[in-house]
Amino acid sequence: MPEQKTVATTGNSVVAEAFRQCAPDVVPAYPITPQTTIVEEFAKFVAQGRVHAEYVAVESEHSAMSACVGASAAGARVMTATSSQGLALMWEELHIASGMRLPIVMANANRALSAPINIHCDHSDVMGARDTGWVMLFAETAQEAYDNTIMSIPIAEDPEVLLPVMTCLDGFITTHSIDRVRLMDDESVSAFVGEYKPVNALLDLDNPVSHGNFAGLGGPYFEFKRSQREAIDRSKAVVERVGAAFSELSGRPFGLIETDMMDDAEVAVVVIGSTAGNVRHVAKQLRAEGVKAGLVKIRCFRPFPYAELAAALAGVKAVAVLDRAESFGAEGGPLYLETRSALYDAEHRPAVVNYVYGLGGSDVKLELIRSVFTDLSDIATGTPALHGPVYLGAR
Amino acid sequence: MQQLTEIRWHARAGQGAVTAAKLVAETALAADQYMQAMPEYGPERMGAPIKAFTRISPEPIDIHCNIENPNVVILLDDTLLDVVDVAEGLVADGTIIINTCTPPDAIKRALGLADSITVACVDASGIALDTIKRDIPNTPMVGALAKVTGAVEIDSVKSLLEKTFGKKFGQDIIDANLASVDRAYEEVTTS
Repeated sequence: MPEQKTVATTGNSVVAEAFRQCAPDVVPAYPITPQTTIVEEFAKFVAQGRVHAEYVAVESEHSAMSACVGASAAGARVMTATSSQGLALMWEELHIASGMRLPIVMANANRALSAPINIHCDHSDVMGARDTGWVMLFAETAQEAYDNTIMSIPIAEDPEVLLPVMTCLDGFITTHSIDRVRLMDDESVSAFVGEYKPVNALLDLDNPVSHGNFAGLGGPYFEFKRSQREAIDRSKAVVERVGAAFSELSGRPFGLIETDMMDDAEVAVVVIGSTAGNVRHVAKQLRAEGVKAGLVKIRCFRPFPYAELAAALAGVKAVAVLDRAESFGAEGGPLYLETRSALYDAEHRPAVVNYVYGLGGSDVKLELIRSVFTDLSDIATGTPALHGPVYLGAR
Repeated sequence: MQQLTEIRWHARAGQGAVTAAKLVAETALAADQYMQAMPEYGPERMGAPIKAFTRISPEPIDIHCNIENPNVVILLDDTLLDVVDVAEGLVADGTIIINTCTPPDAIKRALGLADSITVACVDASGIALDTIKRDIPNTPMVGALAKVTGAVEIDSVKSLLEKTFGKKFGQDIIDANLASVDRAYEEVTTS
């Protein structure tokens, strides 16, 4: 295993470091809180000559993703980063990037959407992009944000995949907190991500192609969409394979989901992002008190690990799904809907309840997590489960 | 050292609380500890009250919420005593370290604190004006933290200060900061 350097720094700082180590050719970006320091630090690396990339300072996120699409279609390795309103402004290009099968890698600092205006963490922005055809990885910690960023390149560029990848980290909680992180050396990362060999590059003059053509009525639009579906389905095995290879290199485990104390769990929480740590902490305390509590953390949201999640929850009596985003008008938040769907064909279906929590950075106190487990224990012993999301800790 | 030390910083924006929290985090790393340091972000204006948080632990830290029950509260500006509830959530045997000329017992009486709470006072602004020639009390307060709690080692603080400031500042500024840490370490008084 190669030597690693342990540092005390922020999530954004290690994502910028991962960008540098992945050696993109082009990085078009527009700054937005709390993503700003990623592109700021990357721009500094470019200015210092520490990475040979074209940094394109654009005038909006719409332009940022447009430039990503153009550069990627031309045959460049392309990375960018955004957050919140910026991701929302990229909406149409997100579909164009995946539809043109461009392996762009984008970090997203998860942040609430207006209105009202709020700069803090929730998953409203990224969950709004869940049907745009991007592979989506989530980080609990700065370490995972760093690791996910590096893994994203070989996942996106795999000839079986050729899809854009979004690597999501919680705004401020992960982007701006100083944490202890182990960094790989440049050579190891460089060898791991490999050299980019573009497929159907516009600048490959010997093999002229065109991208993003008209495919109207009677054209192949329908079949294009099916091929996208097949590609993201195939990406699951690739995410696992790349994750396993990175795991071997780094010594850090990777799975589509992470299960903790689930072997004999009777009550369990399913969650995404930094809150998984709070849940693990409380579950450990409850274990010491004799409660069979467990945690399932989703690390890969697209493609969604339905079978793995169903298997993890097979013996559980009551499950709480924690959503840091709404799906207004639906029965619950996005992760809840996926979890219910994963369990539909299960032999023994546990009770599943939904909590919407932490919107706009509302603090996820340990007592709130504890109250969720108390609810679950009640449900496991016969209290009827509530329908519709509970707004956890809302005043 | 205890399992998990949680520190809450109160300051006014511009006094260097974030730099201090970062310095403490780096010092913890040098001692092979795990750490978190996070400012509470809001609409920032120079002079407005701000909070920052630091966790130090020999074990990996899972929790990512704000610190509700700190072991240590550090106040970089005693004019905040009338503005914020410094003792809020402080554990029963907690410690408050204040940049002030007022003696610890007077502070303790004024705040109506329980006997089990330790109050430590140091004129960090005075020390900063003497040494650094500017009222930036952050580095001396880290010296006081080292003395009062042992959460960080004074020598480690100084060597990291030298390393991190060495990238940005000249030797005279580094020496002034090192002197400020030493003086606060020596001059801090405890209730």
